[in-house]
Amino acid sequence: MEKLDLRSRVERSVSRRTFIKGVVATGATVSAGAYVLRSSGASTASAQGAVERLVTLRVNGQDRRVDVMKQETLAMTLRYKLGLTGTKIGCDRADCGACTVLVDGVPKYSCSLLTHQVRGAEVTTIEGLANGDELHPVQQAVVDEAGFQCAFCAPGFIMAMVGTIQESPSLTRDEMAHALSGNLCRCADYPKILNSAMRAAEYMRSTTA
Amino acid sequence: MFPSRFDYVAPDTVEEVLATLAQHGDEAKILAGGQSLIPLMKLRFASPGLLVDVNRVPGLGFVEETGEHLRVGTLTRNTELERSALLKSGYPVMADAAPMISDPLVRNRGTIGGSLAHADPAGDWGSVMLALGAEVVIKSSTDERTIPVSELLVNTFTTSLDPTEMITEIRVPKTPARSGGSYLKMERRVGDFATVATAVHLTLDNGTIKRAGIGLTAVGSKNLQASAAEDALAGAEPTAEAFEEAARLAAEASSPSSDVRGSAEYKKAMVRTFVRRGLDKALELARG
Ligand SMILES: Cc1cc2nc3c(=O)[nH]c(=O)nc-3n(C[C@H](O)[C@H](O)[C@H](O)COP(=O)(O)OP(=O)(O)OC[C@H]3O[C@@H](n4cnc5c(N)ncnc54)[C@H](O)[C@@H]3O)c2cc1C
Ligand code: FES
Ligand code: FES
Repeated sequence: MEKLDLRSRVERSVSRRTFIKGVVATGATVSAGAYVLRSSGASTASAQGAVERLVTLRVNGQDRRVDVMKQETLAMTLRYKLGLTGTKIGCDRADCGACTVLVDGVPKYSCSLLTHQVRGAEVTTIEGLANGDELHPVQQAVVDEAGFQCAFCAPGFIMAMVGTIQESPSLTRDEMAHALSGNLCRCADYPKILNSAMRAAEYMRSTTA
Repeated sequence: MFPSRFDYVAPDTVEEVLATLAQHGDEAKILAGGQSLIPLMKLRFASPGLLVDVNRVPGLGFVEETGEHLRVGTLTRNTELERSALLKSGYPVMADAAPMISDPLVRNRGTIGGSLAHADPAGDWGSVMLALGAEVVIKSSTDERTIPVSELLVNTFTTSLDPTEMITEIRVPKTPARSGGSYLKMERRVGDFATVATAVHLTLDNGTIKRAGIGLTAVGSKNLQASAAEDALAGAEPTAEAFEEAARLAAEASSPSSDVRGSAEYKKAMVRTFVRRGLDKALELARG
């Protein structure tokens, strides 16, 4: 996971109530005052802006009532509480894009959003794209281009494509590559993924035209 | 992977955020874009007892010019900055940097204030703000202060912020006519943190350099300001020799370490090359 490089750039934390040691690459150790560890005993949250555990989430056009821990990420809730296992978890740290979903139409890493943060927002996952048996134009384009190998990365890529193309329907291939650069493919099937994305944009232009 | 347990509040006014911070001190952390904090918490590098989510506070994301300043709200997402016409027309060093920060998905969430408060020496905004001579507005429940970014950034992941304080906005001095800037970033591939990056801002006055600002990314324990190079340029003619000397001074001021991205010697050499190129580009823009 070199993209975020947390392992190499921040050394393991030391004892509680002390500063964690930050290490920059080769090991110039410095104290990182900004990341103080939690002291013993849970803090009591003030009433201002406190949240309920039981929340209603709007997912794929449906209201879903769900019991959510404060430290739960959206990716966890989708997969393990709502059974929406199309959303994948790869790196779990804002790196690979496997967990990409749309939040109010904007592609975001669901592994790095707390579920409580999306209260009131419209969440769309890969399961929410097709209309019955009719595939979403982006899904159709992927099928037509045989766009992925193992396809573990596919749901994330497809959600990023949907969000990207809705925002900018006429990107060049090069611009598309940049726009999708938040998603990684372990099989390195990028040329075909880009073929799919370009075809998807074409399909989406013709469905909205 | 779950972060360790914490309490979570999402107030909807700045006053409530500040009151909560005042009450909880270093137990609490502000949650902005979460693109650094949440991964850090999962890896147990940070385990705050209370997260204060500021994403529901209205009015913290904006980009506008008023009076003497370009004002940028702390919660302005990198994507918004990338799209800002105002930055493209008047603040080229910012417009250059925004689309090079991480990847589009991180930019959809990551905020400018979060980036500065995170104080990663490989972060891009710190150097850009040093080059522009920007300030941050900082509030607590009892006080408000405005300090230069050079005083905010103390060390790796370390700022001069008190745990009870919050950055509310960034103030960039309005760029006078005949100004230009550039941000050059070497990354191993799109979306990576910088191997080396340089922020340059120049203002001309009757053919001489009125002010030069130079910030360096990923070549020290924090974003560095190349003060000696800036001083050498101020009042000088913008000649090739002057730029070469400034580039040399900037490289001298850097203290990179060798790592997977390259050797210290290589990075120093790149600082020199990038500052030189960045000044050329800034000059071209300043001359219009
Ligand atoms: C894969 C990846 C690649 C990246 N690449 C780059 C890159 O190339 N260049 C780059 O510059 N950055 C990069 N980043 C970092 C990214 O831009 C972060 O999002 C950013 O640095 C932190 O901003 P945030 O809004 O996400 O802050 P958060 O993660 O929410 O917070 C970061 C820290 O700042 C504090 N904080 C946030 N807002 C405030 C405030 N208003 N007042 C006081 N304290 C506050 C938080 O308490 C926390 O300690 C990358 C991140 C990832 C995951
Ligand atoms: S799982 Fe890799 S970015 Fe979320
Ligand atoms: S097709 Fe296998 S990870 Fe992308």
